[in-house]
Amino acid sequence: MANHFSPDSAAKHSRLRGAVKSHSVCPYCAVGCSQNVYTKAGELIDIEGAPESPINAGRLCPKGANTFQLVSNRHRVKNVMYRAPYSDHWETRPLNWAMDRIAALTKAARDADFVERDATGLTVNHLKTLAHLGGATLDNEENYLIKKLLAGGLGILSIENQARI
Amino acid sequence: MPGLGASFGRGAATTFQADLAASDCILIMGSNMAEAHPVGFRFVVEARERGAALIHVDPRFTRTSAMANLFVPIRAGSDLAFLGGIINYIVSNDRWFKEYVLHYSNASAIVNEAFVDAEQNNGIFPGLDPARHAYMKETGSWNYSTLPDGIGAVERDPSLQHPRCVFQVLRRHFARYTPEMVSRVCGCKAGDVVRVAELLCRNSGRERTSAIVYALGWTQHTTGVQMIRAAGIIQLLLGNIGRPGGGIMAMRGHCSIQGSTDVPTMYNLLPGYLSHPDAVPQNATLDEYIRHGRGFANARNCSASGFWQEEAVLGYWSHIGSFIVSLLKAWYGDAATPDNEFGFQWLPKLDGDYSELPMFFQMHRGGVKGLFLIGQNPAAGAPNASLNRAALRNLDWIVVRDWFEHESANFWYADPTAGDPKTIKTEVFFLPAATNIEKDGSFTNTERLLQWHEKALDPPGDCRSDTWFIYHLGQRLKKLYAHSTLERDAPIKNLTWNYSRTSPATLPDGSQSRIADEPEVEKVLQEMNGRRVGGELLTGFGELKADGSTACGVWIYTGVFPAEGDNRAHSRNPALNGATYPGWGFAWPANRRTLYNRASADPAGKPWSERKKLIWWDEQQSKWTGFDVPDFEADKHPSYRPAMGALGMDAIAGDAPFIMHPDGRGWLFAPFGVRDGPLPTHYEPLESVVKNQLYATQNSPTVREFRADLNLLAKDVDPEFPCVATTYRLTEHYLSGPMSRFNSWLNELQPEMFVEIDPELALERGIENGAWAVVRSRRGAIEARAMVTPRIKPLLVDGKTIHQVGLPIHWGYAGETVGAMANDLTSLVADLNVSMHESKAFSVDIRAGRLGAARVPKAIEAAIRPAGTDNPIRDTPEFAQPEGRQQRWGLKRG
Amino acid sequence: MANLLRDLLYPFTRPTPPASRRATGFFTDTTLCIGCKACEVACKQWNQLPSDGFNFTANSYDNTAQLSATTWRHVKFLEQFPPSDSAPPSPPDMNLDLRSLLMEAQNGRWLMMSDVCKHCSAAPCQMACPTGAIIHNEFDDVYIQNDICNGCGYCVAACPFGVISRSAFDGHAHKCTLCYDRQRDDLMPACAKACPTESIRFGPLDELHEHAVGRLEEVKARGFKGARLYGDRASDTYSALGAFFLLLDEPSRYGLPDDPDTPQRHMIGDYIRGAAGTLIWVAILAIAVIARAPG
Repeated sequence: MANHFSPDSAAKHSRLRGAVKSHSVCPYCAVGCSQNVYTKAGELIDIEGAPESPINAGRLCPKGANTFQLVSNRHRVKNVMYRAPYSDHWETRPLNWAMDRIAALTKAARDADFVERDATGLTVNHLKTLAHLGGATLDNEENYLIKKLLAGGLGILSIENQARI
Repeated sequence: MPGLGASFGRGAATTFQADLAASDCILIMGSNMAEAHPVGFRFVVEARERGAALIHVDPRFTRTSAMANLFVPIRAGSDLAFLGGIINYIVSNDRWFKEYVLHYSNASAIVNEAFVDAEQNNGIFPGLDPARHAYMKETGSWNYSTLPDGIGAVERDPSLQHPRCVFQVLRRHFARYTPEMVSRVCGCKAGDVVRVAELLCRNSGRERTSAIVYALGWTQHTTGVQMIRAAGIIQLLLGNIGRPGGGIMAMRGHCSIQGSTDVPTMYNLLPGYLSHPDAVPQNATLDEYIRHGRGFANARNCSASGFWQEEAVLGYWSHIGSFIVSLLKAWYGDAATPDNEFGFQWLPKLDGDYSELPMFFQMHRGGVKGLFLIGQNPAAGAPNASLNRAALRNLDWIVVRDWFEHESANFWYADPTAGDPKTIKTEVFFLPAATNIEKDGSFTNTERLLQWHEKALDPPGDCRSDTWFIYHLGQRLKKLYAHSTLERDAPIKNLTWNYSRTSPATLPDGSQSRIADEPEVEKVLQEMNGRRVGGELLTGFGELKADGSTACGVWIYTGVFPAEGDNRAHSRNPALNGATYPGWGFAWPANRRTLYNRASADPAGKPWSERKKLIWWDEQQSKWTGFDVPDFEADKHPSYRPAMGALGMDAIAGDAPFIMHPDGRGWLFAPFGVRDGPLPTHYEPLESVVKNQLYATQNSPTVREFRADLNLLAKDVDPEFPCVATTYRLTEHYLSGPMSRFNSWLNELQPEMFVEIDPELALERGIENGAWAVVRSRRGAIEARAMVTPRIKPLLVDGKTIHQVGLPIHWGYAGETVGAMANDLTSLVADLNVSMHESKAFSVDIRAGRLGAARVPKAIEAAIRPAGTDNPIRDTPEFAQPEGRQQRWGLKRG
Repeated sequence: MANLLRDLLYPFTRPTPPASRRATGFFTDTTLCIGCKACEVACKQWNQLPSDGFNFTANSYDNTAQLSATTWRHVKFLEQFPPSDSAPPSPPDMNLDLRSLLMEAQNGRWLMMSDVCKHCSAAPCQMACPTGAIIHNEFDDVYIQNDICNGCGYCVAACPFGVISRSAFDGHAHKCTLCYDRQRDDLMPACAKACPTESIRFGPLDELHEHAVGRLEEVKARGFKGARLYGDRASDTYSALGAFFLLLDEPSRYGLPDDPDTPQRHMIGDYIRGAAGTLIWVAILAIAVIARAPG
């Protein structure tokens, strides 16, 4: 058959025309690949490696290339889910309700279990009945605020993430 | 990361990934870089293509091995013996870099007379308290022999002949790590040790450099810190630290894992590697804390005297007072005054180990009420996951912040090994989180590089950034405590917490963000960077003061935000400057890309060779110059020698590149900083299939066990578990799966949990490729599909055939693909330095068949396409729509 | 009614064809492939293709199994290991030069290769397409025009590499477009852009050929005796490929035909037989009609 271009083929171009580009960093491993995030009308339309990065020069691994699906994903939880003690199901709750309740539970545990002095009389000002885990996939700023509030503000000792060595 | 910290001064990779391309020989060991870090691996491939030798030493032949020039299989857990063999080869064949070692390492220092090497005492160093599994008593002997002349005066023998000089101690310590011995321990050929050592030696020296790459294959052992120490010793002996193409590249696992150690969500650290104060008299006041310094933390419970004391007065850590006071000013603001020790007493004091493993052990026994779980999945992704799940069931409440309903969120109903939800008390809050493209912030990658990511769009629904969560939780708590007059509530009341927006929340397209109360993240980074109190931002940590006039949250990050509007983490100039990319992001400290780069020049300040030059002393300008920010005082002449009794940086000589160490040298022998011995020593994993060939002591004498019914161990060569198991990551998945098993594009690439075994073992046990097999450890049993492959080879270890079993870590009972958890087999044991577990080597048995469990994990329905792809992309004509979306709709014309 | 007419006439619409550009293609160098499958996901991401379902194959790390209408890149894995007892003993001779020291140690290999549509310069799929949906576009890449394709499936049978299949979603034939939409805007195809090690190279074909020849020499000099280019030039039975490869072993080991053949080459006889058959039927019919004609 002869080579006939259809109207669509003749007009074809990339969907990135007219898109807004933001700079990001891949959320998976620690290599630190730069990503370009493209949006149109407030919707994510493409994520790919940033060519100018000296680290990845536009390349990504399969996980990095998957970032689009990580963000734009049907399985993502979009509302606060609450499970009452001994319940067998989730309930959807307002964000503010959850925040208030978490703050109240935190204060209750701190007020009950805060230790000002140890047995030898040394000032310790610590709290052992609350704990935190997580951080290696969070932003530096988030880790900073977690440590600052939970240790510096509340006196929690057990603040950890998977980075141990 | 005390392995690197004790060797060189800072617990972080000494180099950057792109620099691997400049290497002449790369040894990858304890890392499967091609699979776990494919994009970083491109620099390794580049080096190989230029003719560099690429060596992979690993229990399994992986995608990294496939690219290597030389692959050496070894038994999982035997790495330290192999590295010891290399050290022995270098030393006994006189292949070390003389001038480098003499000037830049502590080879010439004379070790304390009381020191008795492990070699003389069955593998045990002086000072062990066996009951407490720790070196407690005579660790003062792990020390230099000091001269009475004053502080920092160490007895030395530049001829390296003194029997107690570090070099001779090292030589004797590793003398029995011969190729034959290594072969017996590791199961490799004796010739392979020689081959690897020879390649490293030939590719090191003035003209050439070798690099070592490691990852969790080294860290997840009870001797992991010492494996890294051994690599440090090799690189010091060969003169590869601080030089282009050299160094030790720690390939870490998560996008900001380096950041989460620098800005620590870790119990024992304050930001910038300051030690978290202990509940001991030596830390009772701010003055005491400053006087004892950071070295004290690593010497804790050890000797009252020792070289650690010098750290607080000699070298860069002598500035510790400025760092801690500035931190307290950042946290407590105006309430931090000289009169109240700048609020030092408000910091909680440590009275034990509160790291992850003890945390969960304690939780499973009761005693922890609430847990904030932010972006982590211990129900599947941490050692002895079944104990962890028991721990979660024992909480009063848990806050889970994540994107998907993973195993640690649905443990109360979806865990097939748990009981009825109606018996589980835990109150669960699942707060959906924003992804990184839905928020502003910075990550610190594996090469200490801070990179900023922009908010590209709003997160859906009630999803919020973790900054939003912690900020608003703080706001609420401050309100709840606002009227308290109790002294104990002073820290939360006085905590500075001003991150509300001063600029409107807009998205990149100029539209208004839906989340108006999102805090202003750059304000947080500015606080971390530091500023003069009430004044301008700081440009470097040299400006920090101990008098309360500066406030700085993370001193090692100072310079990342040197002026308003100048966020260097967001700097995107990709220009190559000789050997580095100084305009891309910001590398701590002070934007140095290669740490200890003073060592790239000879003692006189000239590059060791033209080929390997990085920084050098410019006599005309009278300063250090070159392709990188000097990791040294910029105007300190190479010939500078400290006067007797000099303090601080004045005590560091002009030819001493390791400025964080009080003696300015790299440590072959670590006088402090490592709690389980000043020299690496091979011990078998706690669960091993063979006896320790090198010492009468089977396991590390300092390893900690957590005794519980859910955490039984198969110690001392248990014949019931004859195979060596090791866990690992695949390219196609991530951690325990929360970021990959909800993604069909990744699930189709690796859809099921499998176990890799060699054909011989498969034949012996009647296991067919693709069929089910049951793997059992002392903690439990799991089922997985068998991957029978010649890539795994049985090894001959001390005359005995050893089979290895490979277990990917990626599955669990939540997500689109589900499967058994390798971590249901691993155990809670901890090394003394960093409480690290031993998931990379433990004992199992394997048989054909299935478990026949009553309940099996149930997958959620797969979403074969991303959300949002049901409709055409807006403002885009049909012919520019993605082909896949066109397929979805078919043709809709007219 | 007007719409219906437009739809009916649409396939016959002839816009001005774009001006011909420099021919582009892929050179996939398997010696650089680390089997990471970034190409597979990057392709799915850009083209927004669905997952093909989760099937554990136990065939090394290949769970994609084949190219399909919704999988346009597929990474193959070949484990080639001698039985363990035949591994060469290696008393190292330290007098050897570095290269020999390394070569001597080789005892088994794991080959990986990212497969893709070959974009044949004379493409059987295009010859088979009855609607003109398959074209060589201005970059000389083989492109199936989704808006013309009627889903007949002739191209599926015609492809000697088994690249094309019909989509379960729209019934049309689909395969790699060489990111036609991206090329129009001077963007590199998604797979080549993502490939961490540049195993997949995209570019003007003449440049790729030049590079490949040099690369083959390099690889051979390193001692890879089985190294060869595949599809870089036309053979007696097949045209040159717009996506060609550097392989380290026989093509058939990688699941590629050693000597691909153009099905149409064998169809002259079929044409003659078909024509003859038609003539015979016409003749029979004519005779029947004549025989039954009145009078």
